[in-house]
This record gives sequence, structure tokens and C-alpha cells, in this order.
Amino acid sequence: MTETTVRLPDTSKLVVSSSPHFHDGSSVRKIMLLVIVALMPACLAGVLTFGPRALWVMLVCVVACMLVEAICTKLQGRTCTLGDGSAALTGLLLGMNLPVTTPAWMCVVGAIIAIGIGKMIYGGLGYNPFNPALVGRVALLMAFPTAMTTWVAPRSASSPLWAGVDSVTRATPLGTPWTGEQLFSTWELFIGRTGGSLGETCVPALVLGGLLLIALKIIRWQVPVCFIGTVAVITGIAHLAAPEQVAPPLLHIMSGGLMLGAFFMATDMVTTPLGRTGAVIFGVGCGVITAVIRLWGSYPEGVSFAILIMNAFTPLIDRYTAGKPFGVISHPGREVKL
Amino acid sequence: MTKKHLRFYGGVQPQESKIASGVAIVSAPLLATYVVPLQQHIGVPAKPVVAKGDKVLRGQLIGEAGGFISAAVHAPTSGIVKEIGSCLGPVGNQLPALILESDGEDQAAEPMSALDWPNASPDELRKRVAEAGIVGMGGAAFPSAVKLSPPQNKTIDTLILNGVECEPCLTADHRLMLERPEQVIIGARITARILGAKQVIIAIEANKPDAVALLQEKAAGTGVEVRSLQVRYPQGAEKQLIYSLTGRKVPSGGLPMDVGCVVQNVGTGAAICEAVCDGKPLYERVTTVTGTPLVAPGNWRFRVGTPYLEAIKLAGGVKTDPVKIISGGPMMGMAVYSLDIPILKNCSGILLLAADELRQYESTPCIRCGRCNDTCPMAMMPGILSVQIEKERFELAEQWHVLDCIECGCCAYGCPAGRPLVQLMGRAKAAVQAARKSRTAKKA
Repeated sequence: MTETTVRLPDTSKLVVSSSPHFHDGSSVRKIMLLVIVALMPACLAGVLTFGPRALWVMLVCVVACMLVEAICTKLQGRTCTLGDGSAALTGLLLGMNLPVTTPAWMCVVGAIIAIGIGKMIYGGLGYNPFNPALVGRVALLMAFPTAMTTWVAPRSASSPLWAGVDSVTRATPLGTPWTGEQLFSTWELFIGRTGGSLGETCVPALVLGGLLLIALKIIRWQVPVCFIGTVAVITGIAHLAAPEQVAPPLLHIMSGGLMLGAFFMATDMVTTPLGRTGAVIFGVGCGVITAVIRLWGSYPEGVSFAILIMNAFTPLIDRYTAGKPFGVISHPGREVKL
Repeated sequence: MTKKHLRFYGGVQPQESKIASGVAIVSAPLLATYVVPLQQHIGVPAKPVVAKGDKVLRGQLIGEAGGFISAAVHAPTSGIVKEIGSCLGPVGNQLPALILESDGEDQAAEPMSALDWPNASPDELRKRVAEAGIVGMGGAAFPSAVKLSPPQNKTIDTLILNGVECEPCLTADHRLMLERPEQVIIGARITARILGAKQVIIAIEANKPDAVALLQEKAAGTGVEVRSLQVRYPQGAEKQLIYSLTGRKVPSGGLPMDVGCVVQNVGTGAAICEAVCDGKPLYERVTTVTGTPLVAPGNWRFRVGTPYLEAIKLAGGVKTDPVKIISGGPMMGMAVYSLDIPILKNCSGILLLAADELRQYESTPCIRCGRCNDTCPMAMMPGILSVQIEKERFELAEQWHVLDCIECGCCAYGCPAGRPLVQLMGRAKAAVQAARKSRTAKKA
């Protein structure tokens, strides 16, 4: 080959940047989209259980959350962050945490609180101390306690999917005082044919999505295992001590928002501890608070509160669980403010 | 050999892309001009001992060590010193350099006397390593003679020859081990003699089974142990390698000699062997020129001072326009913007990346996913530290041992938010070192 035929690089077009020059291709958008995909079985179960209005509620929440984020970034003079998918995920989680009868305007109020106050006011994704979807849900629960705790019965299996929800209100397993007898069969509890928020009732769908996220290493298994395990242990002991007043642990772990909370809300990256030890502490903490609220609190359900309270402890947990770097003998971790 | 190896903490598994691993080393043809920097090592630049217009021979000393931490520089071929000036270095700085016009004769200078290494004294051998201008050829370019002179109170019991080559794409060390296994082994034994080390280990990543088998065969009966290690980046990082092989942890801020170890690249070992047994100074090295845009990626034995452009010409030029050219490997190498940069003693590779391999992304706020915590081989918290470094809280970074960061790039490699973690750590390291310097200056 003669020198004249050799094509040489054009140095004027070279990119110069800091190492490393390889990247594994992960992105925030991919993570958020995968979480949304993992939620799909539970969404589908919600629609099948509570009828097409479940789809409407989720859609309103998603669209409202994205709109609020778009407006906030506009007002803040920042580039639009809708592309990262986090607003859509927050909207979907908010919708799944609401009763199927929630009016659209209430969904919008929830979205404004979730995204506006729960997230954008702190500076957007990455800076919010509390899980935005739960901030929205809990605000609605406080503001509209009746609407937020009116549960309708699941569709009867024989009626067509497009039929509206019948207006019969139905008690939830946790909302009804335990009398020693199960209101729902264990099978009904398992597949989610009970009263409840539209996305929280179907245990197998939620577990399937959660296992997918664990397999993809998006969430740490320690959080759901410790969270659900702690609730089971505490309610189990209480049930053994007073079987007449406390429901059995199986009912506790399969009802309310525990599965949705443990797999999808207590594992939110931004608002939970970084490390494995921190994840264990966080999970156990959530479990204890949930069990305490359920057994002795004035609310029948405590998963949302438990996660929000533990969110507040996240910086502290991170600080006390920070490990020693490799080769470090004495470490200032405990005296340093992060 | 079946001994179960320890695993270092963290790490990542990038695509290996070692496309040039099957291409044998070829000696690069002579060029008309070489640009020989007088600073090819960490420390003080070498002092030129020739003047403009002088005729020099191949292997002749042209720059003598400028201080304790410095290294000699030798002429890569015979010719006339055209100019003593400067040239662009791979890091983007100007290096003092000699421009050497080749006379095409490639006439060798009188070589140094060959030493009978099993009987030569360690001091004699060490002196030869210094005279031959040998530096760490794995990348750091620390003068070897200094590394092989541990203080009296440190006993070195283990010498590790690093043939891990965990950087993706690079194959120079692999080819060297396959083609000159005797030199690597003798180099290891000479180094062990200098240090008085009883245990000698040649460490190779398990993705090079041919090199492991060959060296095991050649090393039989010499007391040199050849070990195959798990394929995981950065297995070849000094502190991680020592831990994987011996279970010893180099203390924070310390050196391998604090745990009785010295780690040396296999290329350096081979260079020491040549310097001692053949009296040949270090003026050429094996460098991988690779990347998908190249017509013919491969491994060459280049004279020091060969401009990158000539190396790319040897690899047949490009078939598609590269968007990035890297001095070194893809994880720790430096992106360069000029091809006039010469190959230095520590240049293990020149890597060209095509447009589809380039990752350019916008950096967004940390979402606290915790991946960098899990992959950091130093068990640091790059994500949290980076947020603090952005706020210029360098004193906090110092307390959190930012100086221990080895800049391997595992954190940024897997960061979904595309944060420039290595860059931020580097910035903090520079700031902390500057602050320390001014503090000691105030005390004095």
C-alpha cells in the first residue's frame, strides 16, 4: 500500500473528553421505563379487577404529572425533563395508589402536589427527599378522607370488561376490625379481588414486576424482603398474643399497599439509602412503622406513612452505614456531615 | 495453581474488544524523523547531554536523569539532532524534546556490557536499570530504579509481574508474553534478585489462557509462579491485584511496599531483562494500535518518539473517520486531539473509536442509584462525593479519602445519569493536593 492511498484521520473532528471512554449504556430513562414496564402486570390486574375506569384514573394521573413537570421546568427556566420518564412513573404510581372512584379533578390536585411540591420545588429529580407519588397520595388522603377511603367492590367476574363499576361500596380487609373471621378468602386476597387502591391488590402481578426489577439489579432485594418480613414477624407475634384482635400475618402481608409499597415505592432510588446495609435498615424501619400504624394507629393502613417517615431518615442512614474505603484503617465517617 | 483466588471489591465487566490479540508483533520500519521527549516519566525531566547538530547512534544516551526521581533517555536510532525544543504530550502539555533526524543507517552505539545476573550484586543490577532509562511501562511511567530501591526498613517478600492487561482493547502485554516469555521470566527473576523477594508471581487474567499455559511451561522449575486471575476490570490495578493475589490491603495513602509487595508490568520486566542480559537501553516498546476504524489493527515494536500519525499509517490508515483517538485504553486512556504526539515509554496503546462507539451524554443530577458505590474497587462513594465536589467542598472530599481514588472509571462507566465522576474526583484530588502543599508551606 503506498502512502498516498492511506486514508488518515481528520483530527479537526476529534472529540476530546475525560476517561472512561466506554459506558455501559445505562440511562435514567431506561431505568424509569423498566420500572414502568414492571408495573404493567399490576396495572392490567387493576383494570381487570376494577374495570376500565382504573385505566382512566391512571391516565389522568400520568398526563397531569407530565404536564405539571413541563410547566414547572418552564417556570424555572430549565430544559424540559420529561424525557427521563420519571414524571410518567410518578403519575402511574400515584394513580395506582388511588381508589378507582377518584374524580379526575382530584387526580389533578394529587399530581400538582406530587410533582410540584413533592419534587420540582426541591430542584427536580435527584433532589427530592420524599417519594413524590406518596406525597401526592398522602396529601389527598388528608384533604379528602372520605373520597380516598371509599372502596368499591371488584367487578363481578361474569360482567363484561366495559361495564361500569357497580356502586356497591365494599369494606377492605384492613379497614374492617378483625373479628376472628376472614372477610375475604385467602385466594381472593392473593389475586386482589378485594377492596383497595386500584393498583395495589393483585399480589402475583406486583411480585412478578418486583422480581423483574431485582433480576435487572434496578432495586435491591433487601428492601422488599426486610419490609414484608418485618410486617409478617410483628403482626405474627401480635396475632399469636391476641388472635381475637389481630388478623393473621398472611392477611397483613397480602392486603393494603404493602406489596406495591415494598417493591415499587420503598425502592425508589432517590429517596432511599444507597448501600445494602442501608437498604436492610430502611426495609426493617418501614416494616416496623407499618405494623405499628396498622395495629395501634388510628389509620387502618400505614405503608405510605412508613415509607415517607423512613425517607426522612435516609440521609442519616447513609451517614451511619457509610463503609470504610479500601485500605482505610480509621475513618471519619461518623463525624463527617454529608 | 488450583489455589482459590480472592476477589477484589467491586469492579465492572466492560466489553473486551481485544481485536488485535491474534496479530503478532512487527518491528516498525525506520522513520525519517523522531520526536524524543526528555520527559517520559514521572519526576524531573532528563537533562540533554547532546547539542543541536550532534551525531548520535542508536541507544546512545541523549538525556541523563535530572534528579533522584527521573530517568535517562536514549536515542531511538542513529542520526543528527536537528533541534532541542518541545513537543505536545499525550496529556496535552508541552514536553521538552529532541528532534532527531534519522540517517537511515540505524547504527548502534557500543552496547553496555552484559551482566551475569545470577551473580551480579543487586546494586549493580539496580544501577543498570537506571542507566537503561527504564520506567514503568504499564502506564504510570515511574522510574523503575527508584521503585526497586525501597527504604531500608521495608522488606519486600513478594514481587508481582503484572500481565493482567485488564484494559479492554489493549493486547501489547499479551503478545509480548506469547512472543518473549523467556524475557518476561528472566526480567522477573532479575527484579526479584534486586529486591530480595522470595515469592515471584506473574499475574495474568483468565482471558489469556495461551499466555498462562506458555508462561507456566517456561517458568517450571524457576520458582516463578504463574497465576490466572478472574476477568474483571480493574483486576490489574496495583492495590486490587495485590489483594486478589495475597489478601493484603495496601493502606490508604500507602504504597505496595508497605505490605511487602512490588508490582511491575511484564513489559518493564522484559525491558529489564534486555538491559541486563544484552546491555540494551529502553528505546523501543510494544504498542497496540487498534480500533474498528483502522484497516489493520495490530501490535508493533515502535521506537520511542514515533508520532501517532506514523503508527496509524502502519495500521493501514482508517476506513471510517474515527471520532475519538485515545492514548492508552478506553477506561483510563487520554483522548488526544493531535497525531503529532510521540509514542512514549509508557504508551501501551493507541485506540481509535468509531462514531457508533462514542458515548456522549448529557450529565444530569445524581439519582442515587448506588451503582458507583457497588462498583468502586476502592469502596468509596463517588456519587455522593461528586455532589459535594461540585459544591467545591474539597475539605470534606479529603476527609473521605478522595486521594485514594485510582481513577479507574468504574463509577462513570455505569452511571445512568452520565455524571463526569472521574473528572470530578480528579478535580478534588488536585485541589486537595494543592491545599496540602500550601499548608506545609505555611508551617515551614
